[in-house]
Amino acid sequence: MSDLAQQAELTTRSGQSGQPLRLGVAEGMAGVLGLFLLISAVAPQFLAPGDPLGIDPLAAFAPPSFAHGFGTDESGRDIYTRVVHGTQYSLVIGVAATAIGLGLGIVLGTLAGMLGRVVDFTVNRFLEVLFAFPGLLLALLFILVFGPGVATATIAVGLSTAPGYARIIRGQLIAVRGAAFVEAATVLGRTRWQILLRHILPNTLAPLFVLATLGVGQAIVWAATLSYLGLGAEPPTAEWGAMLSAGRTYITSAWWMSFFPGLFIVLTAVTATVLGRSIDRRMRHA
Amino acid sequence: MVEPVTPANRRRDGLARPVFRALGRLGARLAGAIFVLWAVASITFFAVRLIPGDPAQAVLGGPGSQASPEALAAVSAEYGFDQPVFTQYLTQLGRLATGDLGRSYSLNMDVGPLVLDQLGGTLLLAVLALSLAWVIALALATWSTRGGLVAARVGSSLEIVAAALPHFWLATSLIVVFSIWIGVLPPISTDSLAGLVLPVLTLAVPLAGFLGQIMRESLLIALESPFVLSARARGESERGVRWVHALRHASLPAISLSGWAFGSLISGAVVVETIFARPGLGRTLLNAVTLRDVPVVIGVVMIVAVAYILMTLLTDAVSRLVDPRLRLS
Repeated sequence: MSDLAQQAELTTRSGQSGQPLRLGVAEGMAGVLGLFLLISAVAPQFLAPGDPLGIDPLAAFAPPSFAHGFGTDESGRDIYTRVVHGTQYSLVIGVAATAIGLGLGIVLGTLAGMLGRVVDFTVNRFLEVLFAFPGLLLALLFILVFGPGVATATIAVGLSTAPGYARIIRGQLIAVRGAAFVEAATVLGRTRWQILLRHILPNTLAPLFVLATLGVGQAIVWAATLSYLGLGAEPPTAEWGAMLSAGRTYITSAWWMSFFPGLFIVLTAVTATVLGRSIDRRMRHA
Repeated sequence: MVEPVTPANRRRDGLARPVFRALGRLGARLAGAIFVLWAVASITFFAVRLIPGDPAQAVLGGPGSQASPEALAAVSAEYGFDQPVFTQYLTQLGRLATGDLGRSYSLNMDVGPLVLDQLGGTLLLAVLALSLAWVIALALATWSTRGGLVAARVGSSLEIVAAALPHFWLATSLIVVFSIWIGVLPPISTDSLAGLVLPVLTLAVPLAGFLGQIMRESLLIALESPFVLSARARGESERGVRWVHALRHASLPAISLSGWAFGSLISGAVVVETIFARPGLGRTLLNAVTLRDVPVVIGVVMIVAVAYILMTLLTDAVSRLVDPRLRLS
């Protein structure tokens, strides 16, 4: 398709939906926040030079002030420093959990979508069964067997998101399988594996990237939930869920101990959603 | 060969065919439900076998209890831990089939009555939250698709933020504001109206964000569809077009997602019941996982699986009611 025709289609389509493709306010804000979170994860000392575990009993329970932007906790640790340093944990856990979920989802979805009816039927029944352990249930069962901790919580979150990914990937594969270029490759005598690896998978991977971006936000929320419930990271680790869990005891007097870590979880999830959708919109138009 | 369903051939077949078809569908559904329950029971049974350590020790309070070998042997015999695994599996399936969920390790009572006792409070919470989420999502979706560009932006931003709110943070924030600062609502939940407001809000708001996003998207698609154009051409009022034609179409994806939503509400109940110190299935489950009370975990998992299956059957029925096209296939 020529560039001109593409652009014409673009303008009409974006005109219809009322969403022009230029960078929106939300996307800009999400970009800035994303950058902030990325720096916090890679080089936290650059944004918060203090020690996230350094105690200062004289400054305990200080409300937010100029010296301590987000206040301090029961041992006088600076909440802002801890929140910035905690980004690492949350992002790593979120990305790892999503990778596990997506990886399992790709395997199951590809099996179901590519290997004929019998496998499809079997995998579908299996997914149906997994869906009967909704949300946290599968994660809690996993933790019951393997005990609490950061690693098990991460795997648990990944496991419980896998069936959803598998179903989406299967649908995507079936849609792509029927496309004209796959038919063309079949006519040209390519083997099943060649078609799968060179034609079908690349065309399903792009939407997966969007799915993964959206998924990281959700995975961070779930993992923080497990930490909050005392089944993941434990205080005084500067993980956001664990910080909230520690703040629970002092909720009547020191609201800032719970408020700011939670705010960062929300901001991260929102950033992931906005960025994921923005990428999606751009790819659809491209 | 599929015959098109016209008034003429429907008359010819009389009532028999649709009734048989409905019965056949029901039978297939029932078989599917039984299969899922069997698989859930099997997965939990074998997953629990993977727990390291002697299960008899777990019954007697874990390794710290220093139970005598005689006591361990007695418990093993009583619970059948000394039998071959396959025999234990069959025994457990047989017990589950008759509704016997076994005995709690930590609470010294039968799991069946315990779980049923906790079910009511959680269901009340879930149903209220699901209803409220639907009301908020509908209001947001209809308002933001009608009010121009600003409303659309505000609406979609609200939905994204709401959907990203973790239950535990929303709950603590609501407690700080409404129970501690303003002091109008209790931080501990009871079944009184005031005690239900905060937990229900905590569960409903994130869900409303999810449902609202989906509803708005499908409402926008519906409003551009030919059937809306033809309804307008027939001279129907804007209100009629929106509330009767477009909304019916737009609610379908959200209805079929309500089964999933129910599952997420059960997960949310784990958090909400813990924070608001409210008795229920979620808190029971969390305590059982922390204490490694295996029979209670299995009991809750089975009850939730049954509830989830019933919920998907219900959403299917509602979808058929709302969308006549589904009744044809």
